[in-house]
Amino acid sequence: MLPDIPYSLYFALSGVLFTIGAIGAITRRNAIIVFMCIELMLNAVNLVFIASGKMLSSMDGTIFVFFIMTVAAVEAAVGLAIFVIIFRLKQTINVDEINLLKG
Amino acid sequence: MDFLWFKWGLFGVMAVLSVVSSLMMVTRRNPIHSALWMIATFCALAVIYLMLHAQFIAVAQVMVYAGAIMMLIIFVIMLVHLEKDVVSQGGVSTTKFVGGFITVILFLEIIFVILSSQMTGKEGTYTPEVLSSIGNVRAVGYLLYGQYLFPFEIASILLLVGIVGAVVLVRGKRKVKSS
Repeated sequence: MLPDIPYSLYFALSGVLFTIGAIGAITRRNAIIVFMCIELMLNAVNLVFIASGKMLSSMDGTIFVFFIMTVAAVEAAVGLAIFVIIFRLKQTINVDEINLLKG
Repeated sequence: MDFLWFKWGLFGVMAVLSVVSSLMMVTRRNPIHSALWMIATFCALAVIYLMLHAQFIAVAQVMVYAGAIMMLIIFVIMLVHLEKDVVSQGGVSTTKFVGGFITVILFLEIIFVILSSQMTGKEGTYTPEVLSSIGNVRAVGYLLYGQYLFPFEIASILLLVGIVGAVVLVRGKRKVKSS
């Protein structure tokens, strides 16, 4: 008889996704790819919240994920608007070249 | 009927699919390909949410993330003409290599904590029996309009600020020159 899927496997999957997102956010030079890696990290955290909520028989995890999704949507809208403006200004969105504030 | 074989098989397939899709998303040169692999990752995660009996969040994930946010990203990729930029100069600088190494150490720390510590916490009241009797969406509705009403209203204000901010940022200063 097979046991049910242990919750540590969900947490491990979330850790793997979070690490992939973090390495992508550090390594890639394209600002939109960096943004997508940040969204991947947020999704990994969503998975931890839902797995923990199921494990502790609580709906607080689901409610928190609802608010994380709301904030991620707003962040996508405003962040991509900023990308568009920066592209208009400098004709590039290579994160290594956006150094207008550099001394 | 024993469904646990199916559940284990489905979890294995979806976990491998999500990890492979996210790796492909991080490593592609063409940003449109990255966006498409990201959609695959989101859909695999939605199936995993369904296995955790979070039906509301699974549907919201597909609608909001895979539907709205990725569509927004693809439009912006086309707006900044990135789909032509398929060649990027190679070479990973030393800073990024050190950053990647530190992130791998973070991953090992996460795995160590998962394997070694037991999660303690106060058991909540929404057991699977209660949830199967009142339904997942109804439970989310009870909480959102009951205990979490104030954050819900703040989230709506946040969305309004985001909408206004995105439009104001992109419009520019064309309206200043009147009269």
